[in-house]
Amino acid sequence: MTKARTNFERRRFLGNFAFHGSASVLSLLFLIPFIVAFLASFRRGPEASSPPVPPWPVNGVSFDAYRMLDTFGSGIWQHMLNSLIVSLGTVVLTVVISLLAGYGFSRYRFPLKNVLFVLLMATLMIPFQSILTPLFIMFAKLGLNNSLFGLTLIYVTLQLPFSVFMMRNAFDAVPKEIEEAARVDGVRDVRLLTRVLLPLVMPGVATVAIFAFLNAWNEFLAALILLSSNDKFTLPILMTAVRAGRLGSINWGALQAGVVVMIIPCIIVFLLLQRYYMRGLTAGAVK
Amino acid sequence: MTATSPSGTTRLNRPNRRRKEALKGLLFIAPAMILVLVLFVFPVLFTAWMSLHKWPLLGEPTWIGLRNYTRMFSDQRFYDALGFTAYYTGIVTVVIFAFAFPMAMLVEQKRRAVPVYRTFFFLPVVVGLASASLLWTWLANIDSGFFSPLMERLGVTSGRVNLLATFDLAFWTIIAMVVWKIAGFTMIILLTGLQSIPAELVEASRIDGAKRLQRFRYLTLPLMRKPLALALVLSVTGSILAFDQFYIMTSGGPQNRMITIVYYIVNQSFVSFNLGYGAALSIAVLVILLVLSVAQLWLLRDKGEQA
Repeated sequence: MTKARTNFERRRFLGNFAFHGSASVLSLLFLIPFIVAFLASFRRGPEASSPPVPPWPVNGVSFDAYRMLDTFGSGIWQHMLNSLIVSLGTVVLTVVISLLAGYGFSRYRFPLKNVLFVLLMATLMIPFQSILTPLFIMFAKLGLNNSLFGLTLIYVTLQLPFSVFMMRNAFDAVPKEIEEAARVDGVRDVRLLTRVLLPLVMPGVATVAIFAFLNAWNEFLAALILLSSNDKFTLPILMTAVRAGRLGSINWGALQAGVVVMIIPCIIVFLLLQRYYMRGLTAGAVK
Repeated sequence: MTATSPSGTTRLNRPNRRRKEALKGLLFIAPAMILVLVLFVFPVLFTAWMSLHKWPLLGEPTWIGLRNYTRMFSDQRFYDALGFTAYYTGIVTVVIFAFAFPMAMLVEQKRRAVPVYRTFFFLPVVVGLASASLLWTWLANIDSGFFSPLMERLGVTSGRVNLLATFDLAFWTIIAMVVWKIAGFTMIILLTGLQSIPAELVEASRIDGAKRLQRFRYLTLPLMRKPLALALVLSVTGSILAFDQFYIMTSGGPQNRMITIVYYIVNQSFVSFNLGYGAALSIAVLVILLVLSVAQLWLLRDKGEQA
């Protein structure tokens, strides 16, 4: 009796040990690049180009790397501002436009409705990399080249199929009775949408907003091609220029600091709103 | 509008009212449709039009018919780019699955701390590919990076190895970076599949004496067909469109051997300014991706529903 019991417990212990052991090692492998970059970015200036072994600052913590980063391009604040303008612009426009479209597709009847919806979804099959060449020419004609607004419009367009899909589903899930009650009270159309329905579809809005923010903040290729002057560069473009040594010799400290600046907002947004992020991911997967 | 005599007017106004509803609906979707039509659908058509021209950056484009395409089919660098893209796509997909599947089975278990592990595995997914590439460029640097000096310090290699100098080492460094960045994403898709397998089914097969490997082969895999296909297609399409990591980490690689198809488009369109030829190459990529999308729909079709 007791022998069988200890046997069982030993097996459970070994099972737990194997599980947590392998999961911890894997976790460490995934975390190490972040940890090393974060710690190394606080080393003193002269240490920045020596290997981060050990990664933590040995001769005291300093912000030399961040100060160094500020000397590239138009200063780190300007480029952070550029990235923020583009990302937040994308978030606001994507939310507003997909909210309206999701509502329209969910609640109104009009000719060609299904055709238009399928057309919208079909753009997901076409890689945006294949339309960069014409966009470049169109934007040159419209004077939107090298403009953060033009870049924002492209990001919004790329977000729309997914976002409209999410918002239509969100509206579809709201019971019709709620609207009918509001209509009886004389609340209609845009007022109905903003006052009554918006609070009910907030989870969908959160999902749409997170994806819009992360995708715009992280996007590289379109920004690389459309932004031509230093003062307009978003963070990924600035840092690529730093890495390529196009703005003076490569400064590894500045690179470490720049990567930390680019990564931190993504991680914070994700950790705070993980639930809504995963909802968007599985909505795509289950569909 | 104030309702004067509701019972009398509703029937009279019904067609009118329906038209008004339709108009409102169209107004609601108008901003989204206009943006997508102007900045997506039109550019796709414009790409096709451009691909039939010699289109310099400055000056007038001239019609040259299909000559961009004949040039493409006799362009060795185009085939090289296609070949490299296929090579990269094949290898990176296999390696991603080799990590993501065990990871999904790990975080599917109901044990303590599983949500924490899952979050850790997933964390690299939310940072940008450009940020990840920049980070790993530094980590893989021979003088100031992390990997080589660490290996040397630990005595794994005698002296430092330059991870980005030769094709094979640079290629596998990039594969490692991409797996680090993407495996968590594939893991989540596979996880949704694993979680949708009914527990009673697993229990029943266990009682019937099915071994672990048998359960995996005859129960898990067939029931995972859809998520597996989805993860596969997403991984393949994503890899075919790879650009950032090769541009940032190796600038096209030792001896320009890491030029993917998108990289080649960028070079032709925005470095050499052969915009017409770049458009023809874009059409080629577009066709490849459309074929894959059709394959995806076929793989994801509902098998049991033919009536």
